[in-house]
Amino acid sequence: MSAPAPAPFAFTPANVEKANAIVAKYPKGKQQSALLPLLDLAQRQNDGWLPRAAMDHVAAFLCLAPIRVYEVATFYTMYNLRPIGRHHVQVCTTTPCWLRGSDQVLDACKKRLGVDAGETTKDGKFTLSEVECLAACVNAPVAWVGDDFYEDLDAGSMTRLLDDLAAGKQPRPGPQVKRQTSAPATGPTTLKAGS
Amino acid sequence: MLADSDRIFTNLYGEHDWRLAGARKRGDWDGTKEIMAKGQDWIIDEMKQSGLRGRGGAGFPTGMKWSFMPKKSDGRPSFLVVNADEGEPGTCKDRDMLRHDPHKLIEGCLLAGFAMRCQAAYIYIRGELIREAETLQASIDEAYGANLIGKNACGSGFDFDVYIHRGAGAYICGEEMALIESLEGKPGKPRLKPPFPAGAGVWGCPTTVNNVETIAVAPAILRRGAKWFASFGRPNNSGTKVFCISGHVNAPCNVEEAMSIPLRELIDKHAGGVRGGWDNLLAVIPGGSSTPLIPKSVCDTVLMDFDALRDVKSGLGTAAVIVMDKSTDLIRAIGRLAKFYMHESCGQCTPCREGTGWLWRVMERMAKGDARVEEIDMLLDVANEIDGHTICALGDAAAWPIQGLIRHFRPMMEDRIRTARLKPLPTAAE
Repeated sequence: MSAPAPAPFAFTPANVEKANAIVAKYPKGKQQSALLPLLDLAQRQNDGWLPRAAMDHVAAFLCLAPIRVYEVATFYTMYNLRPIGRHHVQVCTTTPCWLRGSDQVLDACKKRLGVDAGETTKDGKFTLSEVECLAACVNAPVAWVGDDFYEDLDAGSMTRLLDDLAAGKQPRPGPQVKRQTSAPATGPTTLKAGS
Repeated sequence: MLADSDRIFTNLYGEHDWRLAGARKRGDWDGTKEIMAKGQDWIIDEMKQSGLRGRGGAGFPTGMKWSFMPKKSDGRPSFLVVNADEGEPGTCKDRDMLRHDPHKLIEGCLLAGFAMRCQAAYIYIRGELIREAETLQASIDEAYGANLIGKNACGSGFDFDVYIHRGAGAYICGEEMALIESLEGKPGKPRLKPPFPAGAGVWGCPTTVNNVETIAVAPAILRRGAKWFASFGRPNNSGTKVFCISGHVNAPCNVEEAMSIPLRELIDKHAGGVRGGWDNLLAVIPGGSSTPLIPKSVCDTVLMDFDALRDVKSGLGTAAVIVMDKSTDLIRAIGRLAKFYMHESCGQCTPCREGTGWLWRVMERMAKGDARVEEIDMLLDVANEIDGHTICALGDAAAWPIQGLIRHFRPMMEDRIRTARLKPLPTAAE
């Protein structure tokens, strides 16, 4: 018996249009520059991960040797080279988040999801990852889920966030405490008169 | 304290409309054509007079950097590249500019691009900042729609495009040569300099790479004048600056202040003070993870600018202040940074690829006291061997936090080791 054939991949017509628009941003003959955004586009079309077929398709689309695509796909952390849960929960644990309790936030995720960092729940709903600094340090601890950041977390709010996602609800991104973006939680000390 | 009327980022917290209509109310795109009419030389000279030093960490004088670009093309186009790959632990200022004041950046791109005779600007935004990229793209579309950029930008007769290029999760791409490689669709591995970007940057063309904040403050400088900007801060350290205050303070925040503000005033006035009071302070990392920490005794009096922090063997970096109170296990805090640099090393240079992992493993042992006192010297030696021996500054950045820890807290590290050794060994059953 032969192994099952790998699933084929091709951009949808809508994504072909998007991909052409991305390529057009760069000078003629410099289409390799579109590689990073095109891999992102392919990943979004393919449930959040890049099978080899998708990388090969992007290589052909940009007239590149496949190795040029593989070396990029393996270098950058945002490309997932194996299937990923529907919600990718990425908890920052770098020093500024750690100082404000990211250990407790990560533990709350492990407890609620029943998996360790780097693992996916059995139902395929969640993948939990520990990530490096997300550049939202004055709103630490921070977790990144889908296309949004959830900020000023603690174990309780992190658990509620996961409960909401599990129930199919879209939680409100940004600070999970009463606070205007990166202003002090006690109220702004500047720009109080309005612009 | 800096007056609100002297603040550049008047929508830092996103309380107002970030779109073109709101930006115009805050003074953006006001008289841009007239500024351009004063000519390239005037713009570059004004930037030099303002004393602005690059806001991405290295602090290189911006006007001088712009003057390195060719005045006459040899046939190759020139490019402006904006470094929005913010990721230095502690730093989250560019994010606020991208999402709340995007038109300041776009107008800055036009003025900088015009001054350096560039064909286009590419804004390299870190991949994780997805919403910020959406906001920025919507603002770019608005600017095209209002003919502020594109063909005959602002009616100046100058053609200029602005594009976004999204990264994909690699801290190293904040290094300018790695960023250029990444913009070309390659792994972000820094190139050797020379050639410098102004000679051969992206696609082999003359390129200047500037931080978001550097470009976003340029329109205000050109509109209000170099003298106004230079009136804040000490000589050679002029201007206003967005500070990020994180860690053990009562109210972490971003805030725009005058350069050279005392660190203590910055923390007390804007971040609600150190948790448990100033006397509960242990140490501060003053300029993002790469800058060596300074102990409380230095924090008591130090000013937040390039020269003052250099004089205490640290640096202003990105002005990301990470505060640590007396409850902090400093060996773990700095050890976690060692892990960060290990994760982010691109792997090209042996001292960095091998050294960052070694530093982290030894720091992990030292945190438990599972080490010998002599190993502190060995740790310092390895850090020194990485520092300055790699293509880019990531190796230096990995070494500096550990050098700073040993410089100021060696007795604490020795104590940790000695205390662990004093614990009675488990005795064998009789």
